[in-house]
Amino acid sequence: MKTAILVFPGTNREHDMAAAVRSVSGKDPMMVWHAETEIPEADLIILPGGFSYGDYLRSGAIAARSPIVADLLEKAKQGVRILGVCNGFQILTETGILPGALMRNAGLTFICKETKLRVERDDTIFTSSYKKGQVMRCPVAHHDGNFFADDDTLKMLEDEGRVLFRYCDAAGEASAEANINGSRNNIAGIMNARGTILGMMPHPENLIEDLHGGLDGRGLFESLLEKVA
Amino acid sequence: MKARVTVTLKNGVLDPQGKAIEGALGALGFDGIGSVRQGKVIDIELGETDKAAAEAKLSDMCEKLLANTVIENYHIDIL
Repeated sequence: MKTAILVFPGTNREHDMAAAVRSVSGKDPMMVWHAETEIPEADLIILPGGFSYGDYLRSGAIAARSPIVADLLEKAKQGVRILGVCNGFQILTETGILPGALMRNAGLTFICKETKLRVERDDTIFTSSYKKGQVMRCPVAHHDGNFFADDDTLKMLEDEGRVLFRYCDAAGEASAEANINGSRNNIAGIMNARGTILGMMPHPENLIEDLHGGLDGRGLFESLLEKVA
Repeated sequence: MKARVTVTLKNGVLDPQGKAIEGALGALGFDGIGSVRQGKVIDIELGETDKAAAEAKLSDMCEKLLANTVIENYHIDIL
């Protein structure tokens, strides 16, 4: 089981992600710099959070045109598992690997707090350690997490069951009050049609040890690393 | 040759920053404002001398980087 973590100028969550991978799989991930043209053979590629290129132009826009991205597109096509968290999700939408766009939070503020997510499916490689409908705690830290897609794309995502996480309240209700950033349909995370690529704004890698105050994020890594092992 | 690319949000895409500006203008006493939409202006100097070739190149730049066509429209002016 090999994991590659892509690092761009301004990425800052790569060590959190590496710690999560190490903690769950017992193996060190490889760090791959954006200027490389090839991603070493890996079962899982992770795009971590941060502020690549200072969020210039649009969050993730410049990173999405980095040299390494040509190979990322190729690997995506081959069906290699890819996880994009926060800025990683923004980069995945900017490359067109995932649909939609992440816009400025509806309340305009940077949101750094713990939220609750409803797990929409438990039959995917990303969520098999959770139960459908389960409410999990998960921290967020973003300014541009407001998921937008046009009506047709949104309908497609919903019809195909590609929404894996929604912002919700303690009872699991995806209410307007629980929608922290104005995302359409409270969407916090979506996957591609083949079910091999997940993009999400919240940070599961920051809730994987008792010292973090909870283990709710661990299930995602357990699901994923078990499935690609 | 100089060109100006204007990038604006598509209709129907919520613009929280435009809304905030609208609110602030109202607070300053400017009334009668229908709506405010915020966009970007990008000025580019090109070595190109042929206008059509420049426009084609700029259009390619917009599609590949300057605009995210999921949410944005772009407009090119050769200055």
